[in-house]
Amino acid sequence: MIPIAPDFGATTLISILLIPFALAGMALLNTGLVRSRNAAHVMMSSLCVIGVAAVAYFVCGFAWQGVAGAPGYALRIGGKPWDWIADQPLFWRGIDWNGSPASVLVFVQTLSVTLAAMIPLGAAAERWRLGAVCASSAVLAGLVYPVFAHWAWGGGWLAALGLNYGLGHGFVDAGGSATIQAVGGLSALVMVWVLGARRGKYTAEGLPTAIPGHNAVFVLFGCLLLWIGWLGLNSAGALLFSGIDPRRVPLIAVNTTLGAGAAALATAVVTHIRFGKPDASLSANGWVAGLAAGSAGCAFVPPAAAILIGLVAGIVAPLAIENLELRLGIDDPGGAISVHAIGGLWGVIAVGIFGRFPPEESGQWIAQLIGVATLLGCILPAIYGANSVLNRVLPYRSAPEGERQGLDLHELGAGAYPEFMTHTDEFLQR
Amino acid sequence: MKIAGWLLSVTGWLLVLLAVILLRTEASRGAFVLAGLAVQVLGLALVFRAQPAPRGGRP
Repeated sequence: MIPIAPDFGATTLISILLIPFALAGMALLNTGLVRSRNAAHVMMSSLCVIGVAAVAYFVCGFAWQGVAGAPGYALRIGGKPWDWIADQPLFWRGIDWNGSPASVLVFVQTLSVTLAAMIPLGAAAERWRLGAVCASSAVLAGLVYPVFAHWAWGGGWLAALGLNYGLGHGFVDAGGSATIQAVGGLSALVMVWVLGARRGKYTAEGLPTAIPGHNAVFVLFGCLLLWIGWLGLNSAGALLFSGIDPRRVPLIAVNTTLGAGAAALATAVVTHIRFGKPDASLSANGWVAGLAAGSAGCAFVPPAAAILIGLVAGIVAPLAIENLELRLGIDDPGGAISVHAIGGLWGVIAVGIFGRFPPEESGQWIAQLIGVATLLGCILPAIYGANSVLNRVLPYRSAPEGERQGLDLHELGAGAYPEFMTHTDEFLQR
Repeated sequence: MKIAGWLLSVTGWLLVLLAVILLRTEASRGAFVLAGLAVQVLGLALVFRAQPAPRGGRP
């Protein structure tokens, strides 16, 4: 079982307080990547997701997730305990708010769950109704995320693979490549499956058309905010969930920065080779993919390995975005699936390849692959099932008229940029 | 085809769990975990193929 750091000093608190920058960065990034007629809707959806996810986590999420060492339900299989869900009171009852470890963990987890719930917005933007956004976020934050987070961070069976089965250090995910990024990214994939492609994204022959985002500056500034937030996220996660010595925070910060930088540079080179010029929006996707991939092993890999992890993420992200769109009909305007799901899964695997653990702890790579298999074989079907049912009760997709008009006007009644002429020939009768 | 894909995906996960419970050596566990992941990839490929093709339409 992964130990929880017993004392929470200034380093931990500063790290935690940086995490909201990641939320702001994610909102700005997703807003910049959509057309101007949907900009306010995406930003409004981001605020709603934060509210709904935080409340859902308050109501029941933390009760399922719990903290390591707290009571939980465990099955005994082969003489070993398989702790699969926590047994905590609903509504955060019983938490000591006077500086107890649980209170700090609750705060970090509330921020983490809102970040995970914001990821699907990038993939499903421009056709996802606000009410459905809230309903889906509630399910993710109240049920799906807490269960996996319990397994990985709350002393569950994945974290205990090292103790019970001698698989290295158990499943390691210090900054949340799996728990936050992959869960959010797989949720994004499900949303695209449930919603389908945007009107006009594909021609009658099935070929994708380019629908550029409306503000590259938002996108790139969002990346900078995400970087600041990620410094806090990775540091806080490593300190609280992996029991890392606070003196290793500089290594975490350096690895986070190197991974993101290497990934963005790799994407810039890849897009330069493919399109003749480096693509700003795809390079931003590369930057975020580097952040997502670097999270899991931020405290366990040397800086050179962090660069390598980022380089792979930065090369894979633009190629995945292109192939998902071209070959598989996946319309993901924010690139969330390639960046968070594929980047996050790569980060989990990379811990097994590059992670430095004591020599007697062999089998780390198997523990990491078990985490990947759990995400693909348990969490993804669960998200798909829950959202398919929800979609029947509360249709996710906006009306064709709303999509044509833009969700700003259709759902919010006002555009993001009312003083500018923001639309071109989409509104002309043909 | 979609249901078959999801079933394969879940089956691959169960194969991975059984490998951890029943096998002892790192090599055999690793081999079965990789086999389970391969089954999952096959299942997800089926799920992807079962998705309806995107329809064309005016924006």
